[in-house]
Amino acid sequence: MTAAVEVEKLVKTYGSVRAVDGIDFTIETGEVFAFLGPNGAGKTTTVEILEGIRPSTSGQVRVMGRDPWKEGRELQRKIGVIPQDFHFFPKLNSREAIDLYAGLFGVPSRAKELLDRVELSDKADALFENLSGGQKQKLGLALALVNDPQLCFLDEPTTGLDPRARRAIWAVIRGLKAEGRTVFLTTHYLEEAQLLADRIAIINLGHIIAAGAPSEIINRYGRPERLRIVADPALAEPLRRQLGLPVDVQNGAISVELHAKGDALKVLSWVESSGYSYSSFSTAQDTLEDVFIRLVGVSDHSALDLAPEGDSA
Amino acid sequence: MNGSRIRSYFVAFAKGYIRNPVGLFFTLIFPIILILIFGAVFANSGSVTVPLYVENLDHNSPASVAFLAALNSTGAVRVDVISPTAGNLSTYLAKNSETAGLVIPDGFQAALVNRTHVNVVVFTNPSAASEAGIVIGAVTGVENAFNLEEAKGSVIVSSSYLNVGSRIYTYIDYLIPGLIGFSILTSPMFSMVNISSTWKRDKLFRQLSLTPLTRAEWLTAAMLWYVLLAIVAALVMIFVGRSVFGAHVSVVAWMFPFLVAGPVLFVSVGLIAGSVSKTPETAAVIGNVILFPMMFLSGTFFPVSSFPAYLQTVAHILPLYYVIEGLNNGILFANGAGALQDLIVVVVVATVLFLVAISVFSWREN
Ligand SMILES: Nc1ncnc2c1ncn2[C@@H]1O[C@H](COP(=O)(O)OP(=O)(O)OP(=O)(O)O)[C@@H](O)[C@H]1O
Ligand SMILES: [Mg+2]
Repeated sequence: MTAAVEVEKLVKTYGSVRAVDGIDFTIETGEVFAFLGPNGAGKTTTVEILEGIRPSTSGQVRVMGRDPWKEGRELQRKIGVIPQDFHFFPKLNSREAIDLYAGLFGVPSRAKELLDRVELSDKADALFENLSGGQKQKLGLALALVNDPQLCFLDEPTTGLDPRARRAIWAVIRGLKAEGRTVFLTTHYLEEAQLLADRIAIINLGHIIAAGAPSEIINRYGRPERLRIVADPALAEPLRRQLGLPVDVQNGAISVELHAKGDALKVLSWVESSGYSYSSFSTAQDTLEDVFIRLVGVSDHSALDLAPEGDSA
Repeated sequence: MNGSRIRSYFVAFAKGYIRNPVGLFFTLIFPIILILIFGAVFANSGSVTVPLYVENLDHNSPASVAFLAALNSTGAVRVDVISPTAGNLSTYLAKNSETAGLVIPDGFQAALVNRTHVNVVVFTNPSAASEAGIVIGAVTGVENAFNLEEAKGSVIVSSSYLNVGSRIYTYIDYLIPGLIGFSILTSPMFSMVNISSTWKRDKLFRQLSLTPLTRAEWLTAAMLWYVLLAIVAALVMIFVGRSVFGAHVSVVAWMFPFLVAGPVLFVSVGLIAGSVSKTPETAAVIGNVILFPMMFLSGTFFPVSSFPAYLQTVAHILPLYYVIEGLNNGILFANGAGALQDLIVVVVVATVLFLVAISVFSWREN
C-alpha cells in the first residue's frame, strides 16, 4: 500500500516558538492514525500543514503524493477536514450548509444521507448558531464527507462532547475505516486513540515521543503488571524485604510489581500468612493513559481531559 | 472563476444576509424611514411661485417690460430676466436645472404698435407638469389681457410652447438619490468591515479555503449580492419617494452603472478597513471613521451645492459625492454628460480600491 501521508523532519516555528520540532511519521492508506498530545503539543499545527492551509518552516511533507502548500487546491478537493473549533456560517441550517459545500465542490448534495450518517437529521433545519457544541461537530463531520474524501483530517472531533455524542462520532470514524478511507485523528482522549486507531503517535512539545500500535506502545513504555493491595502501609517494608519485588505505596494502597507468572500468588499467600490486615486487592496493568502521563511528564491528571468513561464495544 | 461555485456561495451569502435583521434594516428599512422623516419635515419647502427665466430680445422696450411686469404680478411665476443667451435658453435652463423660460422676440413692441402678429416662446418641462401648467396659464392670461387691451380683442400676441429638460426640484427630489447613495455606501461598508475582521477570528475563511471556492469567486459573489441589494434599495426608494411624496424621480438607465460601480467601491473600502485592523473592534472604529463623514458630506441628506464653500471642497474628495452627483445627474437632471463624468471618477476610484483590497485582504492568517 502506498503511504497517504509522509512527513520527514517537519519543523514549524512561530517566532521563537518551535511548535513542531522535527517530526517524522507515515500514514498508510486505509489506516486510522491518531495524534495524541497535550495542549500546545503541535497537533493542530501539523494537521494544518498537511491540509495545505499553513506553510511549514522546513522538512518534507507529501499528502496523497502532493506538496500540500504548493498543490493545496488540488489536494483540498480530495481530503475531508474538520478543523479544531469548527465554525460555520451562523445563519445557515445544516442542510443548507451541506448544499453549499456540495455546490462548492461541484458534487451532488447528499444532505439527507450525510445528516443521517452523523445522526443530525433532526437538526436539518436548525440554524448553525442554534446547534449545540456536539451538533456542530457532527455537522463538521458531515461537511468533511461531502466530497467523498479518501483521506480525512479530524482535529479533535470529540472534544467537549458528551459520551453519547462522542460514541456517535466514533461510529462514523469506524465506518470511514471500514470503507477503506484513511483517517488522521488528533485527540486528547487516550481512550479514543486506543479504541479507534491502528497506530498512534504521542507528540509533546513538538516532538514525537512514542509511536506504534496502542498495544506496542503499552508494552514498550508501560510498567509491568502490578498487584494493588489496600492495607496497612507498614506492610510495604517487610513485603519488599521478603519477596525482593519492587514495592510502592500510593494513595494508601501498596503496589507490587509482578515480574513472573507466579508472583501474584506468592505475594498474596505471604500477606495472608503475615497477619497484617488488608481490605482488598486487585491487579493493574498500565493503560495508554498511564504511559501517556509518564511520557509526557505530567503528574497532574487534571492537566488532561480524560475521557469520562470507557467504551465497552 | 467558476459560475456554479459563485452561484452556490451567492445563495448561501444572501440567505445569511437576509436572515440577519440588522443588515436588512440598514439597507432597506432605515433609508425608507429617513425618506419618511425628512420628506415629512421638508415636504412644504418647495417653491410655490415658479421661477421663469426670461430672455428679452426686445431691448427692454416699454411694451416688453410691461408684459413681464404683468406676468410677475400674477404671483404664479417669478420673472427673472437673464442676459441674452444667443437663442440658447433651453440649454441654459437645462444646465441650471430650471423648469421654465420665456423668450420675448425682437420687435415685440413694434408688432403691438403696428398690430402685426408676434409670437413669444415658452419653455416648460412636461415631466414637471404642474409647474408647466402654472407657467402656461400665467403667460396665456397675460397675453389675453394684452390682446384685449392693446389690440382691441384681435390676437396679436400669441405664444408657442417648447419643452426643456429641466424642472423645479423639491427637497424630496434630492433626498431620493442621496439616500440611494447612502444605501450603496452603508450596506457593503457595515458588513464587509465586519466580515473581513470577524470571519478571520471565527476561522470561516479557513473553512472556505478548504473548499475549491477561490478568493476572487468569493468576492465576486459578495459584490453581486451588494449590487443586487443596491438595485432593490434604489427601486424601493424611488417607489416610496414617488408614491408618498410625489418626488420627481423615476427609474432611468443612468442609475444602473452607479448601482454596480458604487457597491464595488465600498465593498473594497470595507475589505481594506477590515483587513488592516487587528481586531474586529478596531475594524469597526476605522469603518465608522470612514463612513460617517462620507455619509454627511457627500450630499446624502442635503445637496452639496447648499454647503458652505469649504465643505463643498471636502465633498469633492469623497467618492460617495460622485456616486450621488451621478445619480442626481441621471435620475433628476437627465444629464448624461454629467453622469458620465461622475461615473468615470467612480469607476477609476473603484478599480484602484478594488486592486488595493485584493492585495491587502487575505484568507490566510500569518
Ligand atoms: N498562529 C500562531 N502563532 C504563534 N504561535 C502559535 C500559533 N499557533 C500555534 N502556536 C503555538 O504553537 C504551539 C502548538 O500549537 P498547536 O495549536 O499546534 O497545539 P495543539 O497540539 O493543537 O494544542 P491543543 O490540544 O490545545 O489544540 C503552541 O505553543 C501554540 O501556542
Ligand atoms: Mg489543536
